[in-house]
Amino acid sequence: MAGPVLEMRSIVKTFPGVKALSDVSLSVRPGEVHAICGENGAGKSTLMKVLSGVHPHGTYDGDILFEGESCQFKDIRASEQHGIVIIHQELALVPYLSIAENIFLGNEHATRGFISWSETLKHATELLRRVGLSDHPETRVADIGVGKQQLVEIAKALSKKVKLLILDEPTAALNDEDSGKLLELIRGLKDQGITSIIISHKLNEIEAVADSVTILRDGRSIETLDVKAAETTEDRIINGMVGRDLDHRFPERTPHDTEADAAPALEIRNWTVHHPIDQQRKVVDDVSIQVRRGEIVGIAGLMGAGRTELAMSVFGRTYGRYASGTVLKDGTEIRTKTVPEAVKHGIAYVTEDRKHYGLNLIDTINRNISLSALGKVAKRGVVNEHEERQVAERFRKSMNIKAPTVFEPVGKLSGGNQQKVVLSKWIFAGPDVLILDEPTRGIDVGAKFEIYTVIDKLAAEGKAVVFISSELPELLGMCDRIYTMAAGRLTGEVPRAEATQEVLMRQMTKDKR
Amino acid sequence: MSTNVTAKSPAPAPAGKGDSTGGDGLLQLMIDGMRRNMRQYGMLIALGLIVVLFAVWTDGDLLLPRNVSNLVLQNSYILILAIGMMLVIIAGHIDLSVGSLTAFVGAVAAVLMVNHDIPWPLAVVMCLLLGAAAGAVQGFFIAYLGIPSFIVTLAGMLLFRGLTEIFLEGQTIGPFPKGLQDVSNGFLPEVGPDTNYHNLTLLLGFAVIAFVVLQEVRDRRRQQEFALEVPPAKLFLLKIVALVAAVLTVTMMLASYKGAPVVLIILGVLVVGFGYVMRNAVIGRHVYAIGGNLPAAKLSGVRDKKVTFLVFLNMGMLAALAGLVFAARFNAASPKAGVNFELEAIAASFIGGASMSGGVGTVLGAIIGGVVLGVLNNGMNLVGVGSDWQQVIKGLVLLAAVGFDVWNKRKVGS
Repeated sequence: MAGPVLEMRSIVKTFPGVKALSDVSLSVRPGEVHAICGENGAGKSTLMKVLSGVHPHGTYDGDILFEGESCQFKDIRASEQHGIVIIHQELALVPYLSIAENIFLGNEHATRGFISWSETLKHATELLRRVGLSDHPETRVADIGVGKQQLVEIAKALSKKVKLLILDEPTAALNDEDSGKLLELIRGLKDQGITSIIISHKLNEIEAVADSVTILRDGRSIETLDVKAAETTEDRIINGMVGRDLDHRFPERTPHDTEADAAPALEIRNWTVHHPIDQQRKVVDDVSIQVRRGEIVGIAGLMGAGRTELAMSVFGRTYGRYASGTVLKDGTEIRTKTVPEAVKHGIAYVTEDRKHYGLNLIDTINRNISLSALGKVAKRGVVNEHEERQVAERFRKSMNIKAPTVFEPVGKLSGGNQQKVVLSKWIFAGPDVLILDEPTRGIDVGAKFEIYTVIDKLAAEGKAVVFISSELPELLGMCDRIYTMAAGRLTGEVPRAEATQEVLMRQMTKDKR
Repeated sequence: MSTNVTAKSPAPAPAGKGDSTGGDGLLQLMIDGMRRNMRQYGMLIALGLIVVLFAVWTDGDLLLPRNVSNLVLQNSYILILAIGMMLVIIAGHIDLSVGSLTAFVGAVAAVLMVNHDIPWPLAVVMCLLLGAAAGAVQGFFIAYLGIPSFIVTLAGMLLFRGLTEIFLEGQTIGPFPKGLQDVSNGFLPEVGPDTNYHNLTLLLGFAVIAFVVLQEVRDRRRQQEFALEVPPAKLFLLKIVALVAAVLTVTMMLASYKGAPVVLIILGVLVVGFGYVMRNAVIGRHVYAIGGNLPAAKLSGVRDKKVTFLVFLNMGMLAALAGLVFAARFNAASPKAGVNFELEAIAASFIGGASMSGGVGTVLGAIIGGVVLGVLNNGMNLVGVGSDWQQVIKGLVLLAAVGFDVWNKRKVGS
């Protein structure tokens, strides 16, 4: 077998006060798909930034050898000239430019500063065919979905004569169908001789696409496993990531005996919502669900199933155009036309997008926690700051929010700790019903377990919990009952005892139209 | 954790002086505290430097009691506008109409008082209501119809300027009634025995000192009551001494001339009031929340439209107040009044720590920013720098202040 195409030896990278990488070695064979996994903060992204020249040579220790040559990249351009291209998690496309313009941005087909459009379009079409995209290259990027945008990024990488493609969590924003297509494409690129490094949280993906996997933990490379080998299982990888046995990835839950005859804490009847712009389209179509006190009810569905849309339209009509349906709390109909009304009736919605919809990142922990229930720490319109700080301190301890003080801006916290702040905020509001939308998205395994424990405790305290998630194992591990949705409709309701991934997936892909 | 009352001390930075009094631990604590409010302390120190620079340059003329008095009178209307502007900017908006609105309100005031002989207190109330109404209309377009504030207030800027000229028919109208002039240009009345100092100002100064100390002590006790950590006693004492010294200096300066200007009292009330609201009131918190992250604030149940509306209504009312003070100070309403006031107020806010993207800033910061500009203006006038160079320098100061902020943030890594 030929020698490695890429070798990174004993990479050490220090930021002021933090050692992000303390000793990482990575060896990638030519033509393979090499996965890198590890908890958040393990150093995956930093390692890739070192490799691609975002952190230039000289700011780290250690050696990088690419195709046998020692590399000292001073910026991204330098690494791209060698054929190393990184695609970040947040796509770097200009939404109002066309696909073709985006592909050749900074690398235009031009003579003396003037773009040759015929050549641009010809090449763009070729590249799009290679990534399996049939859209016209003059389509605006804003008008295609996230899945296709990801493909445009890869086309852009191909245009740079990529030899080593780095994908940072490429499927995080994609639904299963788009993810599948993307993974297939990565395998296809392999046949074209392109080596790929893929950073992923999703172990099933790694199993599906990767040849080998390197596990990072706390800034060190722990081991590299051959994915095809029989002993490489998901649990094996997880063990490597967290460095401890994870026989219980979920807290022990005893399903709470709910009084079946009592009215459900929250009941949604025949809920229909139209798309905010395309008003012909029903995003939520005649959905009825209910959740009792002490119960955790899951909602499973693929991207576009309408789960978030259902939750947000119920919570103060913050999404779409309401068409019909009623909301009942403890058996009586309530108005939830505005967020304050919903909150007053004891409903809380914890968003899937904490950075944009959940937190004021520039403000402190204590002020974020108190925001949705300021009245609780205020008298006659005046906030009692000391009481507010005390409340925040209490949550910092009980939720194990890792921050030196509650005056820390939440923007500086890690994803898991930010999520704990959002949860604290809504627990502080004292709701009876909590709608949790992807509460563990993008956070590490340890923090996930802590959040599961909190959710379980909330249910044990008699709160009704609606748990929206894309991770089926999580729903299976936590929920008493699971609803499935597809294309805006409810497609099934599965009790805990009967639920398996296969059962759920079958219903999530069921076309009821 | 400095309270809003420190706003009354535009004296040199009190925080930087104590190096010699405390040990290493104390110094460390001070540095930590300063780092947390880097922007504000930075500006306070910059202000101190500017004051010292001009004091030396003008052979001490800058700090003559008479000049300090003048400084207050000259800048009062910009400072009033800066308070409102800071709120607007924190909410994530901008208001370009305030300069024209001050002129418009001044014109209406002149027509009411001079041409129609309406008693001045009644006219003042009418003008404030007019300003609030003008702000409310703009606020309605911005909050409820969703038109960007830049555009709405740019329209307002043209509209109110035009209305001013229509109203005044191109004339300058004056003089204003004595009562109003006294409010804008006058000083607190002289009372009691002859002490070489202005007695009422002294009393007021002492009252402020007592209030500040009481407030700080109470705040500390409350923190202990809630079982929260408090800064060590030494640091606390140092802070109190610095605060008292600052207030005392300003008091003595004013009391050795004609006393405290009436507008200073108005400003003081506004700063303390708005500072308190922005810091401690639910509505103030909501202003920060909508500026910091609007979607998140909405999903937290903040009535964002109402808050935005009120912020602009308030800006209109403060613009009216500034218009009255300005017109009365120059004893005439002129069609060209208030030109570029909006830019001065915006500059003051940004120098004082506001962020273009909203969610950041304090009322005290706006005042510090305004005073920096005021001292620059006044100092450069005293040394005879022409208005051409004055503008160049003020532009550079704005750029440097915001540049420092951006650099500082990048260094922290957020």
